[in-house]
Amino acid sequence: MTFTDKLKTNPTALWSGVVLIACALIALPFALAMAGTTWVRVTNLAILFTLLALGLNIVVGFAGLLDLGYIAFYGVGAYVYALLASPQFNLHLPFWVILPIGALAACVFGVLLGAPTLKLRGDYLAIVTLGFGEIVRIFFNNLSQPVNITNGPQGISRIDPFTIGSFSFSQNEVLLGLNFSGPIKYYYLLLLVLIAVIVINLRLEDSRIGRAWQAIREDEVAAQAMGINTTRIKLLAFAMGASFGGVAGGMFAAMQGFISPESFVLVESVMVLSMVVLGGMGNIWGVIVGALLLSFVPELLRHTVDPLQRSLFGRLIVEPEVVRMLLFGLALMLMMLFRPAGLWPSKVRQRELADE
Amino acid sequence: MEIFLQQLINGLTLGSVYAVVALGYTMVYGIIQLINFAHGEVVMIGAMVAFSVIGWLAANTALPPLVIVLIGTLAAIPACVGVGYALEIFAYRRLRHAPRLAPLITAIGASIVLQQVAMMIWSRNPLGFPQIIPNTVYHLEGATITLVQIAIIVTSVLLMVGLTLVVYRTRLGVAMRATSQNAHIAGLMGVNVNQIIAATFMIGAALAAVAGVMVGSYYGIAHYTMGSLLGLKAFCAAVLGGIGNLAGAMLGGMLLGIVEALGAGYIGDFTNNVFGSNYQDVFAFLVLIGVLVFRPSGLLGERIGERA
Repeated sequence: MTFTDKLKTNPTALWSGVVLIACALIALPFALAMAGTTWVRVTNLAILFTLLALGLNIVVGFAGLLDLGYIAFYGVGAYVYALLASPQFNLHLPFWVILPIGALAACVFGVLLGAPTLKLRGDYLAIVTLGFGEIVRIFFNNLSQPVNITNGPQGISRIDPFTIGSFSFSQNEVLLGLNFSGPIKYYYLLLLVLIAVIVINLRLEDSRIGRAWQAIREDEVAAQAMGINTTRIKLLAFAMGASFGGVAGGMFAAMQGFISPESFVLVESVMVLSMVVLGGMGNIWGVIVGALLLSFVPELLRHTVDPLQRSLFGRLIVEPEVVRMLLFGLALMLMMLFRPAGLWPSKVRQRELADE
Repeated sequence: MEIFLQQLINGLTLGSVYAVVALGYTMVYGIIQLINFAHGEVVMIGAMVAFSVIGWLAANTALPPLVIVLIGTLAAIPACVGVGYALEIFAYRRLRHAPRLAPLITAIGASIVLQQVAMMIWSRNPLGFPQIIPNTVYHLEGATITLVQIAIIVTSVLLMVGLTLVVYRTRLGVAMRATSQNAHIAGLMGVNVNQIIAATFMIGAALAAVAGVMVGSYYGIAHYTMGSLLGLKAFCAAVLGGIGNLAGAMLGGMLLGIVEALGAGYIGDFTNNVFGSNYQDVFAFLVLIGVLVFRPSGLLGERIGERA
């Protein structure tokens, strides 16, 4: 009997486990805040990237379409939020209005990209998406003339934080003797969104659409023969992945208060892809593990590589940033070569990659 | 008219570089249907090695400029061939029968690793090309063409002729073509398929080394990030010409260079200065998307069915 089977036959153990994890997650930011608010921010970014990785997982993991320009959708979401809630156009719409608009805009871009390209074979599609990502970034960078829309390379600053009435997510608040700082409030919000996204993903995976995606991934011709409208289903994967990216982008803009085209470069797309590949394409839990690993390990390295080298060699030889990038690059290479289904593989995917 | 001619010359120069890089993509694709996504980084390594050697020679010896550039290029070629071979052995060979996406993902990983290693070796600062070649400018109907531009165009034509001869006139070429048609049968005929594939990577890498020197000397600098965009554009060129087709890569490269240059030169006029030449990089991708949507086999490529 496996561990999960045991849990299924013992609901008390299952629920006490869930309660324990929930308590740990609720207490986590306060523990982190003791080590420094930076760590709460790092955790928030990690959750944000987990959201992104889960969105990309729909495209890459479920439907098997390699998207190398995924960060563009994140960028679209972020810019939509920034434009509608900042002094740039003097618009200050509330976030619950903007986030759906951002998701919709990203979704439209996903369809715009997908519609003409989805009949292409996998590797071509990958390159086209990469090109698309670059085009979007070039536009962010240059749409400051003749009408200033994106403010060019300087980016947009003083973006409104999330507010509900007089409750702002960026201010400190003391409640029951606990200090709820801005990042801690965002943490809870992000956690809620993450849980929602995980539930949506789990339900999607076993739904009619999810099974259609997996069928396409495994054999497109056979899937078509089974009556699946492959183009439409693939487009749906693109659109859905994109809208998750859009929501994450909007939250990013609000949390940071500042965005510029720098945040939406190819490397970021590759980073999200590394998370999906490392964790295990197609397995939601694997992807989460991958995203958290690749978010935290570089951060830990940042704090260890520098002092370690200084104490060993007396000077800095390899910058932490380089170590971070090498980590992504090697993760992609080594995973594909030695464990193509990821650290925590999806059962189906593992069989598939082993067969061919 | 002057603008047109000038942009045409600039486009041809850049197009020559694209064509030489595109040959590397198209040869590898032709033989094992793999997009060697790290090829752009090989170009970068070539430029960096050549610039280091050229810079050192220019500072420490009194050799004539042409000899210095030649030695620099000759030093870059083995370095690139080594990198190309290593890529084939470590990143691709194990994945030859894996799903298509697997080698593409390792290639992205490999290109990040190559970039970071290059950054560690040569630092974040761009390497400059020493001012050793007299920048002679020739005037032509109101447009200008520099000596470097002429050298780039001539070199690329020579390389293309040379490569065509290798592929169509030598035993190695016969083996390469046989492998690309059917690797299994070629193996039965006594062709060492692994060696031939490795040789293809190495030839592509050698071309990339020369391309690195060409593009570096044109812009005057070499930088550890120069490879990715160049590689992407060259890939677009290969697809435009029909990937897997040598003549296609040459034609595609030249055309893409010209489209880019003319596009950058005229976009302001056509759009009333709403868009400017800073959108130059967009053209390559628009061409790529256009070609893939309307004629996926490219200009000279044969229509190939989906692999069953």
